[in-house]
Amino acid sequence: MKPAPFVHHAPRSVEEAAATLAQVGHDGKVLAGGQSLIPILNMRLASPAHLVDINQVAGLAEVTLTPEAVRVGALVRHARLEHHPEAYAALPLLRQALTHVAHPVIRNRGTTVGSIAHADAAGEMPAVLALTGGVVEAVSTAGTRDIDATDFFLGALETSLAEDELVVAVRFPRFATGTGTAFLERARRHGDYAMAGVAAAVQVVDGAVRDARLSFVSVTDVPRVVDVTDQVRGHEADGLDWRAVAPTVRDQIEPEGDIHATAEYRAMLAIELARLALDEATAKSVAAQYDSAAERGIAR
Amino acid sequence: MSEPTTEELLDITLTVNGVRRQAQAPARRLLSDFLRHDLQLTGTHVGCEHGVCGACTVLVDGAPMRSCLMFAVTAQAHAITTVEGLGTIEAMGPVQQAFTECHGLQCGFCTPGFLTTITAYLEENPEPTEHEAREAISGNLCRCTGYQNIVKSVLRAAEIRRERAAGTRP
Ligand SMILES: Cc1cc2nc3c(=O)[nH]c(=O)nc-3n(C[C@H](O)[C@H](O)[C@H](O)COP(=O)(O)OP(=O)(O)OC[C@H]3O[C@@H](n4cnc5c(N)ncnc54)[C@H](O)[C@@H]3O)c2cc1C
Ligand code: FES
Ligand code: FES
Repeated sequence: MKPAPFVHHAPRSVEEAAATLAQVGHDGKVLAGGQSLIPILNMRLASPAHLVDINQVAGLAEVTLTPEAVRVGALVRHARLEHHPEAYAALPLLRQALTHVAHPVIRNRGTTVGSIAHADAAGEMPAVLALTGGVVEAVSTAGTRDIDATDFFLGALETSLAEDELVVAVRFPRFATGTGTAFLERARRHGDYAMAGVAAAVQVVDGAVRDARLSFVSVTDVPRVVDVTDQVRGHEADGLDWRAVAPTVRDQIEPEGDIHATAEYRAMLAIELARLALDEATAKSVAAQYDSAAERGIAR
Repeated sequence: MSEPTTEELLDITLTVNGVRRQAQAPARRLLSDFLRHDLQLTGTHVGCEHGVCGACTVLVDGAPMRSCLMFAVTAQAHAITTVEGLGTIEAMGPVQQAFTECHGLQCGFCTPGFLTTITAYLEENPEPTEHEAREAISGNLCRCTGYQNIVKSVLRAAEIRRERAAGTRP
């Protein structure tokens, strides 16, 4: 099918884009990569009268590294972030997750910020934003504001973004030194939306677990952090049986059934993936410490 | 602002297969339809129009993208390569030649999307393994071939590229 008619706006600057959004109000939609929006328009599930196409806005295609975070502009395509060596070094979880976002051809066009603004609980990058405790930078004619991930996701495809706000970037904070991360999911076919997925971050200090968190894809109503630290803090990382956290995880997820998987199967899958991801993240944290100790000439 | 009543036609200029092309179309014209209807380049095929089948894949500045998930007006000023730009019957591109040699198509509906996707992929990874070849085409759907010969075609195309680079073939 074809989209309904709309007026196309092609602002060149953030100010111009914000002014246009203020003018068109609830009749307007931002168009970034279009990999979620255009299918919706093609199927006429939505027919906004105005599209504010930000593809020519200057200054939005940058990946910037600061000591605290990786900042990703609104026109950075998934593929660009996935293959960004410095972003990978600073926050390996970005690439670990991005390889699961659709197929490479979709990643060539879709943006990481767009997928967060779209706020699909089946999307990988909203889960990553949640796990890193990330921040969404929004601009409107009224000014700029930072929105914490915890305040950003409200429900299915629903965010706290106002209709006249443009997301200019998201910031993914780096984890504490020595944190290991992993991202695992199961889909019917690689590149499809996941039946269930999990991002894990574990910090081991002097052989003992200090911090362990998860966030999920397709099994919680909104992307958020499931903190399992209390159960394992101080435990020796070596040989730790992560099955112990299964009840905590089960309490905090509310999977739904669909044609691909029943709710109960999804829950089992999520719990098993959580165990595997925690194992992998733990091993990475331990290895990272060994590496940095070796660099300092200690562990010889 | 009010609803648009009559649809405004925009002048849209693209470079397609190295040639500057211009036509008028409304803002909602998908790039796939612009290529097919407005520029009469019917090589690009349209299957699902929601990004799943891959038949409409073209190269935008060298990178494969779904032309059903782009508006022509957004593609303005970019360089597009369609299947027509990959070669001619007399001088086939390596992937086209490989598909002919390995019987990589049956009805051919999905083929334009495979050819563009694989052409770009081999630029990035000129020596794929069979597993990598399989993964490279996993975003494209074919209803006829069972994929075996398409996988063979990817590997054969890589070989043809090497042969041509070494000058053993014209
Ligand atoms: C076949 C297929 C498979 C896919 N599989 C997956 C998958 O497995 N996992 C996954 O996560 N995604 C998947 N996607 C979606 C893809 O990742 C999208 O690219 C992404 O979700 C949206 O990014 P976009 O830039 O294309 O946004 P658009 O489609 O342009 O926009 C999406 C929504 O966000 C809003 N928006 C976008 N940018 C901004 C901004 N800067 N400020 C304010 N609002 C904004 C738009 O108004 C719209 O409502 C798939 C898509 C397709 C077509
Ligand atoms: S027609 Fe574009 S992906 Fe199917
Ligand atoms: S050859 Fe017929 S769909 Fe692929």
